[in-house]
Amino acid sequence: MCMKLTEEERMIQKTARDFARKEIAAVVEESNRNGVFQEEVYRKLSELGFMGMTMPEEYGGAGFGNLCLVLALEEISRVCPSTAIAVSVHNSLANHIIYKWGSDGLKKKYLPRMTSGETIGVYALTEPNAGSDVAAIRMSVVRDGDEYILNGSKILISTGDKAGVILVVACTDPEKRTRGLTAFAVEPDFSGFSIGKVEHKMGMKASTTVELVFEDCRVPASNVIGKESQGMQIALGSLDGGRIGIAAQSLGIAQTALDEAVLFARERRQFGKRIVDFQATRWKIADMATNLDAARLLTYRAARLRDAGGPCSKEVSMAKLFASRIANEAVYDAMQIHGGVGYTEEFKIERFFRDARVLEIYEGTSEIQRIVISKKVLEEYEQMYPA
Amino acid sequence: MKIIVLLKRVPDSETKILINQEGTGIREDGVKFIINTYDEYAIEEGLLMKEKAGGDSKVTVVCMGSDEATEVIRTALAMGADDAVHIADATLSNPGPFTTASIMAKVIGDEGFDIIFCGKQAIDDDMAQVHCILAEMLDIPQVSVATAFELSDDAAKATVSRRIEGGDEKVETSLPVIVSCDKGLNDPRYASLPGIMKAKKKEIKKKSLADLGFSEVPGGGRSRVLKWLPLPKGGECRIVEAEETPDAVRELVRLLREEAKVI
Repeated sequence: MCMKLTEEERMIQKTARDFARKEIAAVVEESNRNGVFQEEVYRKLSELGFMGMTMPEEYGGAGFGNLCLVLALEEISRVCPSTAIAVSVHNSLANHIIYKWGSDGLKKKYLPRMTSGETIGVYALTEPNAGSDVAAIRMSVVRDGDEYILNGSKILISTGDKAGVILVVACTDPEKRTRGLTAFAVEPDFSGFSIGKVEHKMGMKASTTVELVFEDCRVPASNVIGKESQGMQIALGSLDGGRIGIAAQSLGIAQTALDEAVLFARERRQFGKRIVDFQATRWKIADMATNLDAARLLTYRAARLRDAGGPCSKEVSMAKLFASRIANEAVYDAMQIHGGVGYTEEFKIERFFRDARVLEIYEGTSEIQRIVISKKVLEEYEQMYPA
Repeated sequence: MKIIVLLKRVPDSETKILINQEGTGIREDGVKFIINTYDEYAIEEGLLMKEKAGGDSKVTVVCMGSDEATEVIRTALAMGADDAVHIADATLSNPGPFTTASIMAKVIGDEGFDIIFCGKQAIDDDMAQVHCILAEMLDIPQVSVATAFELSDDAAKATVSRRIEGGDEKVETSLPVIVSCDKGLNDPRYASLPGIMKAKKKEIKKKSLADLGFSEVPGGGRSRVLKWLPLPKGGECRIVEAEETPDAVRELVRLLREEAKVI
């Protein structure tokens, strides 16, 4: 598999890089300090086509693949990982699910304003008693004529308060467990919908995280995504895209950790020499750079495989597991190289250290990734060497 | 309105430049190349004028450089330029400004034009000559280091501001004209993603010297680069230390007088 980027991929990377360094960097400190979602940044990103990257032109998209999305998310995350969240969820989950599973009516209704960025799409799966365990979803749904009535709450929903459309997975038939789940497209002005608790998080502060409350929330039957009872299939089928997004975010964080560590270590002098000249520092730099390259290769491979259309869950989980782990190691080592000042808000590494932690938790914890990987590996062995 | 934008591919300003061993060029391994920074203002101004003039206005990019230059050309097309001419010929290594201008004059003459925008200079060799020579060859007025450009309503003339020592100079010029662009003229747009997609289908006409009717490199004998040399290394820095500042100053003055012999 050739890992050299094409001319087109490098151009997308350049636009994302130039934009992040100029437009996002100008507001990144303020938005992360005050926990502000940068509407203006998203408006500009939308104008450049980043909110419809992977959608076909007929729906107003730019028609690129997952690798291009990875390159964009990586560049945005190098400057502001929390800005990448909405871009990732919107593209890899919201747009993707409506395009792949939605009826023609739903696609025509939502995709043009989603690809133009006018409407931000979010994805709501997690509940107080369901997250990794999708089958435990209990949000109730009752059919009432041409409508469905939703009751319950979704928690820890990224950008839930900024959404124009929310993709919700709820339970139409609790008896059937995973076969009783259904996906809906809910608009925030549907009756019975409200924003609940707003979370205060350790990091990723320029992205909001909220609870969504549904109290007799009425959703038109035409807003069912796919068919009734297809919810589990839709939820699982979209995981890969979301996970590639987090792997890309991890690459951006690890790259900045390495950049900051090297630039700091070249300047900082102790015991009469630059700390970059101590072997203890160099070994950290070698490990960070090697891990980053390996994570990048895994992530680009996963994206290319997904673009090719074949099965790729194992490779995607490997990329997400490894990239999120090495990003956390990278910020840890980079802060260690910074010493005391790295622990202060004066230095970028403090923010990246906090932002990195969630990489190993959201879009499937590292434990879930290992379940996916080991299951696939054992299946392969079962095929090759039947027990 | 027919607008020509001249483009050059140059090493990224953030890249450390190393001269190759033979002194015939730079070491290109690991070097990132970009659109010459000032040319980005030229592209943007060309696009703004196209948008203003409307109708069947067109922006054509002209670039001379190796095969790898297609990437910067494609970026200009992704920003919104309509098509491009890429002059690539193996015999053209380190062409001087007269050579470059001679070839570009031929291309531009063939294409036809109302306005030519270009960067005020390339950020690699800093010659700042091509546009001057071009103006002479095409027999048109030239306005350099433009920081504002305004086309008259009838598109027959333009008013150009030039940043000069202590103020701005306002110049009125007839069209056709060649304008070299400076920082401050505009805020170059990003290549949008739909723009990148569309650029794939835009035409880049590739021309060799023979295609343009040259049997040899024009102006080749006028001037040539003999050798490129790295900058001399800076001298060692010496810190004068003493318990009391006046003693250090006395020692410094003595060193400047007796060793450096500069006072």
